[in-house]
Amino acid sequence: MAQITIKGVKKNYAKTAVIHGVDVNIEAGEFVVILGPSGCGKSTLLRMIAGLEEISGGEIAIDGTVVNQLEPRERGCAMVFQNYALYPHMTVRQNIGYSLKVAKLPKAERDARVMKVAQSVSLEPFLDRRPGELSGGQRQRVAMARAMVREPKVFLFDEPFSNLDAKLRVAMRAEVRRLHRDLGVTSVFVTHDQTEAMTLADKLIIMNAGNVEQIGKPTEVYNNPASRFVADFIGSPAMNLFEGEFDAEGQFMHGTGGKMNVSQLNGVRVPGRKVVLGVRPEGVRRTGADTHGAIPAVVDYVEELGASRLIHADANGSRIVALDNDTAEIKSGTPVHLSLADSALHLFSLEDGRRISH
Amino acid sequence: MIERSPFFDALTYAVMIIGLILVVIPFWVVIVAASQSLQEVSRVPISLLPSDQLWVNLSEAWARADLGPKMLNSFIVAIGVTIGKITLAAMSAFAIVFFSFKARMICFWLIFITLMLPLEVRIVPTYAIAANALLPFQVILDTFGISWLVQAVSGIQVSLNWNLLNSYTGLILPLVATATGTFLYRQFFMTIPDELAEASKMDGASAMEFFRDVLIPLSRTNMLALATIMFVGSWNQYLWPLLITTDRANFGTVVMQLKALIPAQNGTPDWNVTMAGALIIMLPPLLVVAFMQRWFVRGLISRDK
Amino acid sequence: MERRAVYRNKVLPWLLIGPQLLLVLVFFYWPTSQALYWAFTLEQPWGGGNLWAGLDNFLYIFRDDRYWGTVLRSGFYALAATGLSMLVALTLASFVDRALKGTKLFQSVFIWPYAIAAPAAGVAFRFIFSPEAGLVGAVNDIWPGIWDPATNGMHALAMVIVCHAWLGIGYNFVFFLAALQMIPRSINEAGAMDGARPFRRMFDLQLPLIAPTAFFLLIMNIISSFTDSFGLIDTMTEGGPIGQTEVMVYKIYVDGFKGLDYSGAAAQSIVLMLLVIGLTFVQFKWVERRVHYN
Repeated sequence: MAQITIKGVKKNYAKTAVIHGVDVNIEAGEFVVILGPSGCGKSTLLRMIAGLEEISGGEIAIDGTVVNQLEPRERGCAMVFQNYALYPHMTVRQNIGYSLKVAKLPKAERDARVMKVAQSVSLEPFLDRRPGELSGGQRQRVAMARAMVREPKVFLFDEPFSNLDAKLRVAMRAEVRRLHRDLGVTSVFVTHDQTEAMTLADKLIIMNAGNVEQIGKPTEVYNNPASRFVADFIGSPAMNLFEGEFDAEGQFMHGTGGKMNVSQLNGVRVPGRKVVLGVRPEGVRRTGADTHGAIPAVVDYVEELGASRLIHADANGSRIVALDNDTAEIKSGTPVHLSLADSALHLFSLEDGRRISH
Repeated sequence: MIERSPFFDALTYAVMIIGLILVVIPFWVVIVAASQSLQEVSRVPISLLPSDQLWVNLSEAWARADLGPKMLNSFIVAIGVTIGKITLAAMSAFAIVFFSFKARMICFWLIFITLMLPLEVRIVPTYAIAANALLPFQVILDTFGISWLVQAVSGIQVSLNWNLLNSYTGLILPLVATATGTFLYRQFFMTIPDELAEASKMDGASAMEFFRDVLIPLSRTNMLALATIMFVGSWNQYLWPLLITTDRANFGTVVMQLKALIPAQNGTPDWNVTMAGALIIMLPPLLVVAFMQRWFVRGLISRDK
Repeated sequence: MERRAVYRNKVLPWLLIGPQLLLVLVFFYWPTSQALYWAFTLEQPWGGGNLWAGLDNFLYIFRDDRYWGTVLRSGFYALAATGLSMLVALTLASFVDRALKGTKLFQSVFIWPYAIAAPAAGVAFRFIFSPEAGLVGAVNDIWPGIWDPATNGMHALAMVIVCHAWLGIGYNFVFFLAALQMIPRSINEAGAMDGARPFRRMFDLQLPLIAPTAFFLLIMNIISSFTDSFGLIDTMTEGGPIGQTEVMVYKIYVDGFKGLDYSGAAAQSIVLMLLVIGLTFVQFKWVERRVHYN
């Protein structure tokens, strides 16, 4: 397992800058997930680590050695591709063993290693089949086995599960977690699925439009999003975000004349400053009309989740979503009162989206 | 190209340059020789640099091989075959793909079996047909006693005769008869979703209106691709025009004249004129391939797959 | 073709398919039946119809050594021209596929031979290889008589084969390049990650994946060597010297149209037709099956 240092890495295609300077430290044995929407540069960053893309600026070092000028095969990384990239004309056995064949390993040793890896991902019965005869999940495991058999310093995953159906995806996630637990190899995993990212990551790197928005543990990123983008991207259902500003009395003005009492936010209720107030649906509760700071709203519709429900309401022109565990029926149009939990409030600058600490 | 491999890159360029030389040499020789004088072209070893006699040689070749009328004939044939093939192929493929009629599969196979035999392989029998293209019908009428009947009833003797020798129809029709275009169209029509035709039905359109308003516009690129291949192929036909034209002066095509331009056994070795003639004759299809390359390649690949 | 056939008109399909069907009947099936007629009969010397000859015509040509010479020659021609042409085209396509800067230019040129008519190439190559002229013939200045396709059958055959191979480069190149470009880029990347260098990737990964295309081209090239050879031979050697560049299709032409031996030519035509049908059949069955490996 290896440690990876990414310093000031940039990527340009012709004149367009696609990645604007990324700094990340990945510890040995860590499972890092790079998460972001399509086009944010996460796959590009991964491919720069792999050596499949030129590094336009900055440097990447694996175990202390700068790898910018090294070929893929010299870097000690193995990659699992999004569409598996299995060699269609070779059997599973030959696919897995190809890198060993290129490295001129004697046949006996090759076979032994292939067998061992095949067993660890339950591919033994399929060793003599061709990729065309396998299901999506099986092909994915062959792709992983191919990476594993090389016993690399780093595993790279490029959105490997996006072509699988939901149930299979969950199963493969468990598989990857188990393998990481057993083998402990440094892994960099790229995905656009935030649930996947949250469940797999030791450390999360959130990217957007070529920039790193935040690096941190999943719980950290969830509870203390560093920017509006992260706050909005992480968490399902999405965080409530209200654009507005504070008035002279420190009330939060939003929508069409609505006011919220957010006295919990001390020291940052600067009047006139344009901000975005964030609170997750689980931090919004139904309450009585006489509770201090209760926000009056009108129910728009209710989303049944089974064990709980989401109340979508309108509070003075601002949409607000509350998580509710009550079972009594609420009709659309019913007036309700909502309160915001103390600990669950976030404040971001409207201008640059960055977090305002409080 | 994934890694930096300067050595391999150099090798790549080297191979491509050698390939370029191999492919271009004949063209270069033709151009150079066509621009040289008799003395220059007879020099041993010959100079590979162009000279200044190009126009002289071109006019000489044009006159000697009577290329003017021949070029016209070639154009007529090439365009006739192209248009004929595209039209017929579209219609036949439309019928095969979008209609259900009892003899559909039989018709399909009847047409597609012809793909198996290019013209050169059946020259002798096809030539026999040229003398009287309506012979099969005459035979059918005779065999079934219909001609006897017609004669008995009306006194008219049924004698069908359509001589294709030395005619544009003779040059064009047999070349139109093959299934290559139909194959391409069929492949393409198969990719049109059923829903499109059904939507047009709901809109009240008839089959021919669907054909004209939906299918044909959608096949424009395919048509262009097919057209470029057909043009080049029919321009370059040699054997068939050779057989079917005894009156070479009026109906010969340009490609047939090449042989006539070769220096005679004991005559002047004026290869410069020969090459000039070759240059003129090569030019039209070469221009089509060079400028319509994208369509051309596309047509080639989708046609035979 | 199992789709919900959309239209149920009774007459219209016949009107649409009629013209082509008619042409095909007149110019393909009727002549073929005529050829069969002639192949199995013999024309009487003084007119009066044909006599049934059974397999006599076939036996006659099969007993003719000259015929077998032609057949063998055709086979050699087919293999040599095909091999040469496909090898060159494959090499060029493999290197063009790497898509280095400026490759597009090379790519356009490599297709040009396809545009050239066989006689035109024949005439050009005849000049290039002419023993009296100053290109290849220049070697005769140093070693007189070393190159003489006018009298040496092997030289003449070699000349025709090289010309045929050159003509085929364009066609083969287009197909090989297309096949190579269809291989997903990620397979090459996976190979690179697995440690394989570019050359090795070409052999282990790319060549096996274009095998169906290669097989298809093999058959098409062989068939072309039976058909396109006519234009070349008629322009370059007319079957000479002394019949040493006579291939099957040329012999049919000579026997039928010069020698007026229709029955013999018809019999030979039948044999050639069966050969080509056989090859097409093989291609159809094999390629259609193996194309769907993914």
